[in-house]
Amino acid sequence: MSVWVDENTRLLVQGITGREGQFHTLQCKAYGTQVVAGVTPGKGGQSVEGIPVYNTVANAVKDAQANAAMIFVPPAFCADAILEAIDAEVPLIVAITEGIPVMDMMKVKNYLRGSGSRLIGPNCPGIISPGKCKIGIMPAPIHKPGPVGIVSRSGTLTYEAVHQIMRFGIGQSTCIGIGGDPVNGTNFIDCLTAFQADPETKAIIMVGEIGGSAEEEAAEFIQKNVTKPVVGFIAGATAPPGRRMGHAGAIISGSSGTAQGKMKAMRDAGITVVENLGMLGEVAREAFQKVL
Amino acid sequence: MKIHEYQAKELFQKYGIPTPRGKAAFSVEEAKAVAAELGAFPVVVKAQIHAGGRGKGGGVKLARSAVEVDQIAGQILGMTLVTHQTGPEGREVKKLLVEEGLPIEKELYLSMLPDRGSAKNVIMASEAGGMDIEEVAAKTPEKLIKIYVDPLLGLQGYQARQVAYGLNMEPEVVKAFLPMLTKLYKMFVDYDCSLLEINPLIITSDKRVIALDAKVNFDDNALFRHKDVQAYRDLDEEDPFEIEASKYNLNYIKLPGGNIGNMVNGAGLAMATMDVIQLAGASPANFLDVGGGASAEQVENGFRIILGDPNVKGVLINIFGGILRCDILAEGVVQAAKKVEIKVPIIVRMEGTNVEKGRQILNESGLKITVATDLADAAQKVAAVAKA
Repeated sequence: MSVWVDENTRLLVQGITGREGQFHTLQCKAYGTQVVAGVTPGKGGQSVEGIPVYNTVANAVKDAQANAAMIFVPPAFCADAILEAIDAEVPLIVAITEGIPVMDMMKVKNYLRGSGSRLIGPNCPGIISPGKCKIGIMPAPIHKPGPVGIVSRSGTLTYEAVHQIMRFGIGQSTCIGIGGDPVNGTNFIDCLTAFQADPETKAIIMVGEIGGSAEEEAAEFIQKNVTKPVVGFIAGATAPPGRRMGHAGAIISGSSGTAQGKMKAMRDAGITVVENLGMLGEVAREAFQKVL
Repeated sequence: MKIHEYQAKELFQKYGIPTPRGKAAFSVEEAKAVAAELGAFPVVVKAQIHAGGRGKGGGVKLARSAVEVDQIAGQILGMTLVTHQTGPEGREVKKLLVEEGLPIEKELYLSMLPDRGSAKNVIMASEAGGMDIEEVAAKTPEKLIKIYVDPLLGLQGYQARQVAYGLNMEPEVVKAFLPMLTKLYKMFVDYDCSLLEINPLIITSDKRVIALDAKVNFDDNALFRHKDVQAYRDLDEEDPFEIEASKYNLNYIKLPGGNIGNMVNGAGLAMATMDVIQLAGASPANFLDVGGGASAEQVENGFRIILGDPNVKGVLINIFGGILRCDILAEGVVQAAKKVEIKVPIIVRMEGTNVEKGRQILNESGLKITVATDLADAAQKVAAVAKA
């Protein structure tokens, strides 16, 4: 078992004919993900390296029995693409696109609540269950199957976390990038709930950053509900307040959203917090020793 | 993106939201002309900078005569205004707003912003106008009204009434306030605002409700659909290094007082790298995310911008090569370093696809590049450079 994706995932790609969309679709396929359809309005009937392209998500789902969507649509049209996937009742939607207006995502998020779909992202690297399925832009070769679940708001920091534990030969059950935007589909608590329930996942790494209060809420949740060991890292201790640090969601507002506040909340909840990113691997190895 | 108060008030006027009569002035002469046009004293002379706390810093003053306008405008224009939001270096005042003085009966607080946790737009209001809202929220949270508006439904009538009655408004004030709040919410949504704040919102002695102040910020991701807002950009309010970086689509933020520059791919890793520099006992000079592409041209421009800061004693490049291969990146770094003629030590930490090849290219480049074996090693090398 793994979290939300596995060998049976049947992926459709929205924006498959774009440069990025096509490149990453083929990378996912090469990793072994079943890519069953693509969607680009106006290009229905064409194909990308043997993958049939449809005009609408509804048709792609009907014809190809897709049960997951990966979205590479440009930011101005991305909310529309996500809504289309929700209406086609796609159970898992992974939006890679960076730069979607917040007002658009707020509408999507509220619409999502009444649906049966799960949205991962936007502005995220995607989700990978090593050896089974990759949906997203993460470099596949750095991963291997194993017992650690990783959840992160940042793409390259997820790769860094993977790399750090791989130095000690520790593999991953599922790695989820939830994205760097202020409003996203899946949050830390959703992922922690899934990791706690997943028998393959024995330990968890949670990578957060400044801005918002998702890490504080996750810490409280962990204290009450998670029995597996958790190692945490927060980026942005040196970030100046009031400035957006690359990610739209990475901003300290007034006295809230600071790295120090988040680290304290996590420590108070019994999470092992790593301050120096260079030590993440060592600390995780030690903290996970009993369960691995 | 931030804009000036006078620009925010222009938008308010477009939506029929009452503001004091007034106009922007870019010189003492213009300030005097605006005052004369207003036709009555007192007038208020307000410094226009992209930071709050202007009143406390001496940037907002009442003028009771033409002579006082002359004096005060001369005083404020060109002054370095220091507020709790500008940092100790302050901001030079280059623009003024001159407005009619109004008889204030009551000062209120009103703001709107997207709430990330609930994914709803939150309207905040308080009878404690003129005060810092964080202070109100901390000291008297019961006095802070919070209304969550579903973005799919928009502002409902009962919600607007909750705000009005929550602020203990008299019936005739309520009548003026409700349509005003509806217009404000419409503008907030139409323009993809990340913050709309009126502090204070005033009730005049003749029971008018007027936005005495106006602070409006916009979602950068939505600027593509607001050309008129883009035209409000004021380069005087931005750091020259950051303006330069924005020309090359580099995500750069200058950190005052830092001595180690850094260039990283990915925003999260870039923040974490700044933290690593600090933990090593040095101090980061910037945030720079070169993105997933990190072309040779971007690396070159990144170098140029980082090294434009004379305080920078060394540069740490931290790249996690994924889809972007390390060998390609190393070649980009070598090319860029040769073009820019770098005189400070460069420390490169590289991981990911084709890392061995990448390291080899850097080692054999003949440049002053030190290759770190891992992040901990990179931190030590940075510390050594900072101390030298």
